[in-house]
Amino acid sequence: MRILVVEDDLEAQRYLVNGLKESGHVVDDAADGDTGLTLALSRPYDVAVVDRMLPKLDGLKLVEEMREHGNSTPVLFLSALSEVDDRVKGLKSGGDDYLTKPYAFVELLARIDALMRRRSPATVKTRLQVGDLELDLLTRAANRGATPIDLQPREFRLLEYLMRHAGQVVTRTMLLESVWEYHFDPQTNVIDVHISRLRAKIDKGFETPLLHTIRGAGYMIRARN
Amino acid sequence: MRATNFRIPRLLRSQAFRILLIYLVLFAVSAVALIAFSYWNTRRALDAQTDQTIEAEITGLSEQYQRLGLRGLVDVIISRSIHGDHGLYLLTDAVHRPLAGNLDGWPQVQSHSGHFIEFDYERRYGSETERRRARGRAFALTGGFQLLVARDVHERYETVRLFTTTLPWTVALMVLLGFIGGVFVSRNMLSRLDSINRTSEDIIQGNLSRRVPTTRSNDEFDVLANNLNRMLDRNERLMKGMREVTDSVAHDLRSPLNRLRNRLETALSHSEGDNADQIQSAIEETDHLITTFNALLLIAEAEAGAAREAMKPMTLAPVVEGVAELYAPLAEEKGIRLAVKPGGPAPIEGNKSLVSQALANLVDNAIKYTPEGGEVTLAASETPGGVELCVADTGSGIPAEDRSRVMERFVRLEASRNSPGTGLGLSLVAAVARLHDAVFTLDDNKPGLRATLRFPLRRPRAAPAE
Repeated sequence: MRILVVEDDLEAQRYLVNGLKESGHVVDDAADGDTGLTLALSRPYDVAVVDRMLPKLDGLKLVEEMREHGNSTPVLFLSALSEVDDRVKGLKSGGDDYLTKPYAFVELLARIDALMRRRSPATVKTRLQVGDLELDLLTRAANRGATPIDLQPREFRLLEYLMRHAGQVVTRTMLLESVWEYHFDPQTNVIDVHISRLRAKIDKGFETPLLHTIRGAGYMIRARN
Repeated sequence: MRATNFRIPRLLRSQAFRILLIYLVLFAVSAVALIAFSYWNTRRALDAQTDQTIEAEITGLSEQYQRLGLRGLVDVIISRSIHGDHGLYLLTDAVHRPLAGNLDGWPQVQSHSGHFIEFDYERRYGSETERRRARGRAFALTGGFQLLVARDVHERYETVRLFTTTLPWTVALMVLLGFIGGVFVSRNMLSRLDSINRTSEDIIQGNLSRRVPTTRSNDEFDVLANNLNRMLDRNERLMKGMREVTDSVAHDLRSPLNRLRNRLETALSHSEGDNADQIQSAIEETDHLITTFNALLLIAEAEAGAAREAMKPMTLAPVVEGVAELYAPLAEEKGIRLAVKPGGPAPIEGNKSLVSQALANLVDNAIKYTPEGGEVTLAASETPGGVELCVADTGSGIPAEDRSRVMERFVRLEASRNSPGTGLGLSLVAAVARLHDAVFTLDDNKPGLRATLRFPLRRPRAAPAE
């Protein structure tokens, strides 16, 4: 996958580029907004990671310009600014996701994966399947093999999100943002408790577990280890 | 026109209008008193003049009578009756049978004043007769004859009558005109005050760029508006500066923290065993530092009122439902019953994200300090004075003397020193409360703690301030 990184903090940029390359991505980098915009408009990228504050052309302006030129590359904002309304500004200008510095690299990687997945032409799915676990989005029914699983509405949304990102690491923050729509850090890790309840429903009593904890990162649902 | 927004009761309650009304009443009373005084004076002077003339005539006539006898008096009366302009005369015998004069008969007395009487008589003009008012004096002559000498005072009488019938109307008209003038003047003053009020409201809501409009008249209101605007300019500059400081503190601390965390992560990927564990715990410490820093920054932002721009009408009920749902499994795992007390939609003006976070902090705390078998109750309710958001638990509670202290930054009570947390949870709740003009209180739940946020009633934004 081709990723554009626009970041003026050179050490942070180097770290980001190396990390992404190690994860198997092709990465271009730019250290200011102008160069970033030129690159974004001249080459096709799967995702652009854009720092919020950039010399020459501000991150917000960069994305606005991209959108005005009809460029729909998913953009992940990185911001070191205070948060209360900056997230809203970022998303309003055309950004697709927003991550506050300092971030864990796994968090960034998981979000980039999610953005790429979102971009692949999503045929309107009415059924999601991972291994023998099936989720019918129309009837809101969940089955593992022949066993029906009774899910609360929020558990259903949680499982749906995990299954839509099957094979990808999903972080606790991503779950909190996407499933609960909260943009804050609960002091106690409430997400873990929700996950363990869900796990008890879909994995308990079955031979192969589907819902895995990825240490230091988050969770992943997948059919095989 | 904005002025059409005014409701009359509000106008009547305005200070300008009250002052005007008082002046109006005072003016009306003194005008009536003045008019009445000059009326009585004029009337007395006119009456005195008439009375003197009559007295003089009576003196003259009684002299004639003494000198010339009845015959002579009758002659004089007849001649005066014909030539006299305003004089009225009647000479009768003892039983009021007319002997001479230009009155048909002894008149019906309308009013007395001293020796003088007032009466109506009929005067003929060709074929028509007119009822007119006269003032005169009856005088008994020797021999039982009665002499009535009077003057026609009809003009004066008519003037007085006209005067007394028009006076109430004049006063009424004066009061009416004064009232209308008062309405206009106070409306004008009110609209000026209202524009100042509306601007202040807007600014309180977070629209810092608003200014009080001024007119070209350069009156006291304009001076006030200019002073306010200068103050607002200063305030805006300070707020902007504060915002920039928060932003640059955020940026200047987050960037190195970011690099630090990056380096630690890189180091972790190249190390093994004991070394890796050390680095892992360094990353965890960094994350804790970041969490604390973020919380502090959020508190600073809430205190600076920067988030006011993101305030919108919202209801608390779904926020309560959402947070309760988020924490329900955690509570259940700890053996605590988490209940939501049913209530109304509880509308407020607020920042949903911050209110959710404040509520989550309260619920988090409640679950943390409530023992197994306990209960945590969430409630959002509308009360006449505002909207209440309440989290009550049956845990250990907070001693009364510590309750205000725990809202301060980094204050953690001895009992909780060893449990995880930044010590900023309640400070954030307090900051969010201040941002929303809400009152945050901690009370004894007997047993346990009851944390309450009392939000003010949501005001319609555009309405003029009461």
